[in-house]
Amino acid sequence: MSELATHPTRPTRRDEAWRYSAVEALEGVDLDVWRDITIAPGESWSECLVIEDGADTAATELRRLRIDIGAGARCAIFAIAAAAEYARIEIEVRMGRGAHFEMGGITVGGRDTVREFVTRVVHAEPEATSNQTVRSVHWGKGTGNFLGSIDVVRDAQKTDAAQDFKGLLLDRGASVNAVPQLEIFADDVKCAHGATVGQLDETARYYMAARGIPPELSRRLLVQAFIGDALVGLSDDDTRERLMRVALDKLDKHL
Amino acid sequence: MLQIENLSAEIGGTKILDGLSLSVGAGEVHAIMGPNGAGKSTLAYVLGGRPGYEVTGGSVRFDGKDLLDMEPHERAAAGMFLGFQYPVEIPGVSNVQFLREALNAQRKHRGEEPLNGGEFLKLAKEKAALLKLDMDMLKRHVNVGFSGGEKKRAEMVQMGILDPSFAVLDETDSGLDIDSLRVVGDGINAIMRQPGKGVLLITHYQRLLQVVQPDYVHILSQGRIAKTGSADLANQLEAEGYDKVMAA
Ligand SMILES: Nc1ncnc2c1ncn2[C@@H]1O[C@H](COP(=O)(O)OP(=O)(O)O)[C@@H](O)[C@H]1O
Ligand SMILES: [Mg+2]
Repeated sequence: MSELATHPTRPTRRDEAWRYSAVEALEGVDLDVWRDITIAPGESWSECLVIEDGADTAATELRRLRIDIGAGARCAIFAIAAAAEYARIEIEVRMGRGAHFEMGGITVGGRDTVREFVTRVVHAEPEATSNQTVRSVHWGKGTGNFLGSIDVVRDAQKTDAAQDFKGLLLDRGASVNAVPQLEIFADDVKCAHGATVGQLDETARYYMAARGIPPELSRRLLVQAFIGDALVGLSDDDTRERLMRVALDKLDKHL
Repeated sequence: MLQIENLSAEIGGTKILDGLSLSVGAGEVHAIMGPNGAGKSTLAYVLGGRPGYEVTGGSVRFDGKDLLDMEPHERAAAGMFLGFQYPVEIPGVSNVQFLREALNAQRKHRGEEPLNGGEFLKLAKEKAALLKLDMDMLKRHVNVGFSGGEKKRAEMVQMGILDPSFAVLDETDSGLDIDSLRVVGDGINAIMRQPGKGVLLITHYQRLLQVVQPDYVHILSQGRIAKTGSADLANQLEAEGYDKVMAA
């Protein structure tokens, strides 16, 4: 059976959720890789997703999660996309009453790689809270994307949803795209989103140089400080260090 | 230990330093005074190798080496410390991390072993105490949320930890109240008033010079040293102002 028969319609850049994706890299890739997770009411579940260089890392790496967070349950995901020509971490979340979703995401990459987070958070019931923080650091002609949609249904009063993106471009040819999409049908709702893009603070780098810190190290320290924001909600030190190391190793190799 | 000869420099094509010569021997403290815009900070940055400050003529030798040929971080490793008029904030990086990285980068450059966490903290505590800066301040991000005076004290704690052989201190006294001025001045003496060390102290006020007594005082005007004298020159400036002293 051919790929075409299994997936009659392949995404194109005209599809909202694939706007900045390397859709050409999907050729022959099985898209139907959704992992379904159900978190029972009151339970906690957390996961660390790492796309890093390894023997079995493919040219295209997809991680697709569908998560149902029961009433009063907590879900925390910390993730990094640091390898593959095209890496996509896609998370769909449905939140019950009083549930909490915490997401910290990092993309890093150079050459002409594309690495992205695509999230859809549905506040389906009242009083749920969600917090998403994504930091993207790119160089060469690398691209980082964060497409995050937040849907608040009519009954989901007292929703508190936050989404924060910052991009750091180390070279002129690199780019980041942030596409927040808010659909809010309830009226008593707090919804915050922010997106900024910048470059390394050269004044800070000179200050560091004046104290003896060479340029590669000042870059590393500033990038570490920058992506640290995405890991603030992560209480496990080992996991935080691991994610940080994956990001900084990639940066140091500058590939 | 520092010989500046006929140094000229530009910022964005505008000539700021214009044939400046100055020599500082080991064990000496030289004060540089001068009106706003005279080029004092420019001199400091040129010595520190700041990008954008283009040397168009002259030479600077530091311990016999060509200073202008070194990268900024190499100058620091060679023993040069630049105290900033406006210390820079670095959100997300703690003072402790910053200074440990800086000290160990310098040590590595000189082929010395790095200090471990415990050794470093001991040193940092000692120097923070010297400048009467609360150790908790060093756990905070570099200069973020520090008052003007705290930033200047923190600069001197940095200097204490890095233990340079030569310090260029750009208006380290500005923004300090009387008590802080004393603490900072005593700190400079403790760290830098040593036989093999030299200091270039840029200041507007003679207040600091009462604590850190200079061997020479220079007036920088229009991009060069216009007058040199003993510590007395600072008193004279304080009493009579630049115009009168320069005209004399
Ligand atoms: N970044 C800059 N671009 C252009 N001119 C500058 C810049 N920085 C300083 N200058 C000019 O250089 C001259 C000397 O400045 P500066 O060295 O800061 O003086 P001082 O420290 O003695 O007050 C001033 O005329 C100032 O306007
Ligand atoms: Mg100045």
